[in-house]
Amino acid sequence: MEKPKLLIDGKRCDGRAMNELRPLKIQAGVLNKADGSAYIEWGGNKILAAVYGPRECIPRHHASPYRAVIHCRYLMASFSTLDEHGRSGPNRRSIEVSKVIKEVFENVVVTEKFPKTAIDIFIEVLQADGGTRCAGITAVAVALADAGIPMRDLPCALAVGKIENEIVVDSGKLEDNYGDGDMPIAIAPRNNEILLLQMDGMFTKDELRKAFELAYAAFPKINALQVEALRAHYAVKKDEVGL
Amino acid sequence: MEILDEIKKDYIIDLMKKNKRPDDRGYLDYRPCTVEKGIFESAEGSARVKLGKTQVVAGVKIEMGTPFKDRPEEGVLSTTAELLPLASPTFEPGPPDECAIELARIVDRGIRSSNTIDLESLFIEKDKVLMVFVDVYVLDHDGNLIDASALAAMAALLNAKVPKIEEGKLIKAERIDNLKITQKVVTCTFSKIGSQIVLDPRLDEEKAMSARLTLATTPEHVCAMQKGGKGAFTSDELINLVDVSFEKGNELRKLLD
Repeated sequence: MEKPKLLIDGKRCDGRAMNELRPLKIQAGVLNKADGSAYIEWGGNKILAAVYGPRECIPRHHASPYRAVIHCRYLMASFSTLDEHGRSGPNRRSIEVSKVIKEVFENVVVTEKFPKTAIDIFIEVLQADGGTRCAGITAVAVALADAGIPMRDLPCALAVGKIENEIVVDSGKLEDNYGDGDMPIAIAPRNNEILLLQMDGMFTKDELRKAFELAYAAFPKINALQVEALRAHYAVKKDEVGL
Repeated sequence: MEILDEIKKDYIIDLMKKNKRPDDRGYLDYRPCTVEKGIFESAEGSARVKLGKTQVVAGVKIEMGTPFKDRPEEGVLSTTAELLPLASPTFEPGPPDECAIELARIVDRGIRSSNTIDLESLFIEKDKVLMVFVDVYVLDHDGNLIDASALAAMAALLNAKVPKIEEGKLIKAERIDNLKITQKVVTCTFSKIGSQIVLDPRLDEEKAMSARLTLATTPEHVCAMQKGGKGAFTSDELINLVDVSFEKGNELRKLLD
């Protein structure tokens, strides 16, 4: 396939500016049985996140006497891309993504409060449009808060990309597939520490610096939408009990 | 096991506060490292890396195959890593776990994103390409498997020869040309222990670390990164490690000559 033109007249292929996010919507508490849940639509991404726990750890030998263990399962649905029918179940990519997402939440969840238990995180990518792990993390943070699990912070995530010599935020699928670099970052907004960082592509030191600059300018916008989603969900509940 | 690790962990974190490492190395020093190329005849390319007491081998096999449907004009690169049970009491037999998969994918990402193997040069004819399999076997685990594995993979690729091709078939017995390699990618892995950042962690240091950061570099670019572990890094810490990675990366590149 011909490489599509990713930069047209100083704009990106979908008309966005370099530092512009795609439309982003988050909804908290969308499932009945899960202890906490969230649904995120970010560009063409449609992703469900659910949290169970703290509950009995299965298999039991995974349990720790010191803290809750976090299990994370990130999966892409077999119909989630325009490509051929995908195979269901985990593959090497999804296993790696699950591991790095788990590590984000091991950092912020107050696991030492719940020894011998497990907190199970499920991320189902129903439709994928680039940046699914970042959208997943952003949704999981809301789902954990919805589950009432104590956290030190509400992490959020974003992928920064490189297209020719431009650094862009929130790469879409085309930019991810045909661009010159991709760098998913997750942070804890309270101190801006990096909880997840992956990168492939050719970046110079200055380009990395620029990438962080753009990412840190965008994180507060994402974080505000997470907080808004939680607020909206619990505002409804308040009315229901007539307070 | 876990209790011993906890005690040792406190000891190492204390040591770092006194500006020391358990083996008296500088914070940004590698352990003694050796690279041997061409250790197996059966593989098209091979190498052994010893990094302190860590030991890994890598083998490259080259075969004829069909390209991926979305990349019909490119050869195929596949990288795997095996954490052999003989390498550590904590490695269990069975299919690769998340640690083995992550290790292989970090090694793969560095090689792939820098176009170290020119995949287009592996195209033979329609629906026929060369497939390059890089398999890393960890034999002895004393920490920093990522750098040792990436170095072994790179050395095995530099050592690899492509078999003769006749009428679209590989003549395995005759190896002629070197596999076309455009540059040398190496990785530098750092551990955060307490508030200290150290290069090339030993196994006991890895047990005490809160987080890990790997930068894969070519002489001019950072071509892959991966953070691991539950701890965190700041963006300033990361930017500062870029120059260190270029400098230390050049030391590793010399070992590949």
